[in-house]
Amino acid sequence: MAEKLKKAEGSFKIESKDVHLYYGDFHALKGINLSMLENTVTALIGPSGCGKSTYLRLLNRMNDLIPDIQIKGQVLIDGQDIYQLKSSEIDHLRRNVGMVFQKPNPFPKSIFENVAYGLRVNGITDKSFIENQVEKTLREAALWDEVKDKLKKSAFELSGGQQQRLCIARALAIEPSIILMDEPASALDPISTGKIEDLIFQLKKDFTIIIVTHNMQQAGRVSDFTGFFYLGELIEFDKTKKIFTNPSKQETENYITGRFG
Amino acid sequence: MNKRYETIKRAKDGAFKYFGLFCTFFGLIMLAIFIGNILFEGLGRLSWDFITSYSSRLPEKAGILSALMGTVWIMVMTALLAIPGGIGAAIYLEMYAKRTRFGNIVELNIANLAGIPSIIYGLLGLEIFTYQLQMGGSLLAGAMTLALLILPIIIVATREALKAVPRSLIEASFALGATKWQTIRRTVLPAASSGIITSVIIALSRAIGEAAPLIVVGALAYVPFVPTSPTSDFTVLPIQIFNWVSRPQKAFLVNASAAIIVLLCIVFFMNAIAVYLRIKKKIKY
Repeated sequence: MAEKLKKAEGSFKIESKDVHLYYGDFHALKGINLSMLENTVTALIGPSGCGKSTYLRLLNRMNDLIPDIQIKGQVLIDGQDIYQLKSSEIDHLRRNVGMVFQKPNPFPKSIFENVAYGLRVNGITDKSFIENQVEKTLREAALWDEVKDKLKKSAFELSGGQQQRLCIARALAIEPSIILMDEPASALDPISTGKIEDLIFQLKKDFTIIIVTHNMQQAGRVSDFTGFFYLGELIEFDKTKKIFTNPSKQETENYITGRFG
Repeated sequence: MNKRYETIKRAKDGAFKYFGLFCTFFGLIMLAIFIGNILFEGLGRLSWDFITSYSSRLPEKAGILSALMGTVWIMVMTALLAIPGGIGAAIYLEMYAKRTRFGNIVELNIANLAGIPSIIYGLLGLEIFTYQLQMGGSLLAGAMTLALLILPIIIVATREALKAVPRSLIEASFALGATKWQTIRRTVLPAASSGIITSVIIALSRAIGEAAPLIVVGALAYVPFVPTSPTSDFTVLPIQIFNWVSRPQKAFLVNASAAIIVLLCIVFFMNAIAVYLRIKKKIKY
């Protein structure tokens, strides 16, 4: 199936081949084969503890921060195995693979400095470039009009939904090509959630997006492809429409229709 | 449930409340009596002359200039030695060190070091700094000894401050391509700064109250000059106080009380800064 997709729609941005992950003795991911096309949105669904967030965090090597972890298999981004990178090259990987977290986590700094942070740590000192980039990405994140008069104010003065869009702007500022989102709307109200979903739809033009979500409707609304994880395995992966209308595995159907999970 | 049991139960509950109240006020009242006594005895002796005169065998002429300047020198030098060392070690242990058996042993030992009596540090300083490194009873030997004394306190408290920095902030920084050091410098340290500064101030205010380790290292009791360099001989306020208290003349006891007031003022002032920073610079997440 994967090969068929590839021929039909272009080349894979991300390919994972038989990826296993162990936390100590716990086998958290059991041979994941999953590939994503450029400029698509892929939703990862499944019950809590199924491995979908763990898989997401593989893609920018965020799991490296956890001690006592073991990873086998291959994860290719733009054809390069990211687990062959030297530890000093991981910052390059993370610049290319941005991440938005479950709870909005702005830095205790001004709104401006939050967006500029990624530029600064990547060695950019040109003031006017930083200013332009901050404005550009705040516009992309549909937040500019709300914050343009208070860029020097603390990011904590923003509402939860605004903070999450700030975190998205922050991730966009360093111009990654992939954005990972770990339940980005789970801590937000329905209106803020709607704004984030609109944003994902806009961003798809320029970015490859992978989103973990517990919200079936959200997965259905925003994604092109959906992967269903269960107990550390990728049970099914297909076009979102197919998964939600005519899944080929019984477990997938049970989960989507709310019979368990 | 019989009635008698209920009565006893309530009586116990009430009794414990008053016992707790007594415990709380006992300490406070003792402190108030002590401070009142010191103020009553020493306040009249306190004058500009007292602060700007050298020690003397005549109690009415004696002052605390050399001891006060010695305390200032010791405080600054101890801070310069202990702060970078303590914070550096805490950062390493919290952010870099892997959880191994060896790491756990190091950690346990640092916690234990914080509880070692200060005079033991004095003996260590005497052997290593005064004799082996031939520093004599200099400010440098004293400051290095006190720096060793407060190092574990700073390490333990700084680690607590670093631990309190939300993991989500650290992850956010790494996710933007920051290296570990950039994450520490730009996110972890600023977020932990009020906790770190508080711990440093409290450790330093402990250091300036110490007499025992400095006496052992070789600080002098009678110093008729102000120290001019780190190799100078010196004395500090607690030693001056100790010296005066042990004299038979009543007038020297009055001097000691006046010197205690000065020392207490310094310590209270430092603690006030610590409290201010804790309230003012506290970051809410």
